[in-house]
Amino acid sequence: MAETLLDIRGLKTWFKTDDGMVRAVDGVDLRIERGETVGVVGESGCGKTVTARSVLKLIDMPPGRFEDGQILWQGRDLIPLPQDEMNKVRAREIAIVFQEPMTSLNPVYTVGDQIAEVIAQHQKLNKKQALEGAAEMLRLVNIPNPQRRIHDYPHQFSGGMRQRVMIAMALSCRPKLLIADEPTTALDVTIQAQILELMQEMKERFGMAIMLITHAMGVVAETCQRVTVMYAGKVVEEAPVRELFGSPRHPYTQGLIRSIPRVDRAATHKERLEAIPGTVPSLLEPPPGCRFAARCRFVTEVCTRAMPTMKEVSPGHFVRCVL
Amino acid sequence: MSRQYLIRRLLLVIPAMLGISVLLYTVLALAPGDPFSELAANPAVPPEVAQALRTKFGLDDPVWIRYWRWLIAMLHGEWGFSFQSRMDVDRLIMQRLPTTLIVIGAAQLLAILVALPVGVLAGTRPYSIFDQIANTLAFVGFSLPTFFTGLLLILVFSIQLDWLPFVYRADIDATGWRFYWEHIKQSIMPVMVLGLFQGASLVRYVRSSVLDVVRLDYVTTARAKGIGERKVISRHVVRNALIPVVTLVALQMPIVFGGAIVTEQIFRVPGIGSLLISAMLANDTPVIMAVTFVFSCLVVLCNLIADVLYAWLDPRIAFR
Repeated sequence: MAETLLDIRGLKTWFKTDDGMVRAVDGVDLRIERGETVGVVGESGCGKTVTARSVLKLIDMPPGRFEDGQILWQGRDLIPLPQDEMNKVRAREIAIVFQEPMTSLNPVYTVGDQIAEVIAQHQKLNKKQALEGAAEMLRLVNIPNPQRRIHDYPHQFSGGMRQRVMIAMALSCRPKLLIADEPTTALDVTIQAQILELMQEMKERFGMAIMLITHAMGVVAETCQRVTVMYAGKVVEEAPVRELFGSPRHPYTQGLIRSIPRVDRAATHKERLEAIPGTVPSLLEPPPGCRFAARCRFVTEVCTRAMPTMKEVSPGHFVRCVL
Repeated sequence: MSRQYLIRRLLLVIPAMLGISVLLYTVLALAPGDPFSELAANPAVPPEVAQALRTKFGLDDPVWIRYWRWLIAMLHGEWGFSFQSRMDVDRLIMQRLPTTLIVIGAAQLLAILVALPVGVLAGTRPYSIFDQIANTLAFVGFSLPTFFTGLLLILVFSIQLDWLPFVYRADIDATGWRFYWEHIKQSIMPVMVLGLFQGASLVRYVRSSVLDVVRLDYVTTARAKGIGERKVISRHVVRNALIPVVTLVALQMPIVFGGAIVTEQIFRVPGIGSLLISAMLANDTPVIMAVTFVFSCLVVLCNLIADVLYAWLDPRIAFR
């Protein structure tokens, strides 16, 4: 199982603004093996989404810019790739599902047309065959009456159903990697579980790898094999999922895990739900040293002097902390 | 688009037209002067005769009776008689209308043909050199009133260069290709003046609408499909960006017709705009009423077309 699909090395995606360079992604390393589910967690604004969009080069440039690093897709760097080559990777090899199902579909075309558009593009089929394929995809994601539903417009679908349509669209060319950018955040809880279950089911059927971006630690625990924790544009910890929940090493990860609400504990102990104090620091000209230092309860003088390096604390478990 | 939607929109036209005609008729009745007010001032006509004529034609009846008579006559296809031109109003209008429609239609077509590509290109490359040039020209274009650009064009192309005629003639005595060529030559300036004025503001609408749409999530979805930038723009940006533009074009139609009246006057185009002005000067009420009514019909028609286009572009509309 050692075939690496995606290998992001030292990726820096910066944005030019009137106030200066915003270092949204500042030296991220991330690896995804074939058929594996990797969780990318962190709070809002930590660079998860920018990392995901960088992989498909969906960042608007300008103001965005790849400052440094490589995005190796099966050994080939995507960053210098020209547009038309990149378009052969999109959807066919790497597909993406976004956070907002309500706005991710074009309101003026039927869902069938929108799915068929991808199929026709990458599989050289005529429109009728592509529409057939679209109906088949809707059936796979458990949308009732697919033959009829392909002629419906997005506003005739509920949020959960639209996210199913997005998944159907993403998987219609059998990609090797599915990037799911907070696919359940905008949905209500019962639908969230259904969508996660559907993704699991699709993964078993098609065997693609999943890069699951989320800020819900509970979702990660249920679905991922490996987890990468991001903070302020950097990876701070990376470990197999059991290891991470069992012995989190970075104070930020520990904070994230402690902030998961737990029904049993709240009932027995007089304990308040713990939040991490403070907010994500500005990514404009960040100070040297550990980015988490300002909010860390174990902060020492060493932390503010220089950025700690990633070190392996146990096999497959890396952490960026001096502790 | 459902047939129901279409029928509903068509039915709405009837009360709209009735309301407009009531309003027009009342306003015209309130205005001083009517076709026979000249008679009163004419010493050759004795006052009794003038009064007898007024009574005969019912000019002193209450407004609502006169309106009712007018409406019944209209429904029978009788538009009235022009005292000024000594002919039926409908014949007069039918003589003039095609010219106006051709000039305005060609101008609108020119405006759209220029504004669409320029607006889309500027909107997809905001703040590029192309965008800045297009923006500047658009500003200049809609800041200059048509009566100014019209005179400027006449000065340059008719008087200095002597390439184009500056009086529009309806009675061209030529046949075949020459006939059309003469018509095209004399239409160029009015069409350019009207079209570029319309096009200039349209460019700004299209550009800002495209700018709004380009940032939306579904455009990113489209990019992620790997269909190529050109298809992303043509399929997923332009169509959605056109939805608000269609409304704006429809709302602009009264201004277009108003502008056409001015332009027709400058270039002496024998359209219904100049007919309206001469009728006003001569107190020719039946003609004024008919021409303003035709204008309002055209505006209502344009709005109807816009609604249909709107529903075709945006399927969410027709479902409501």
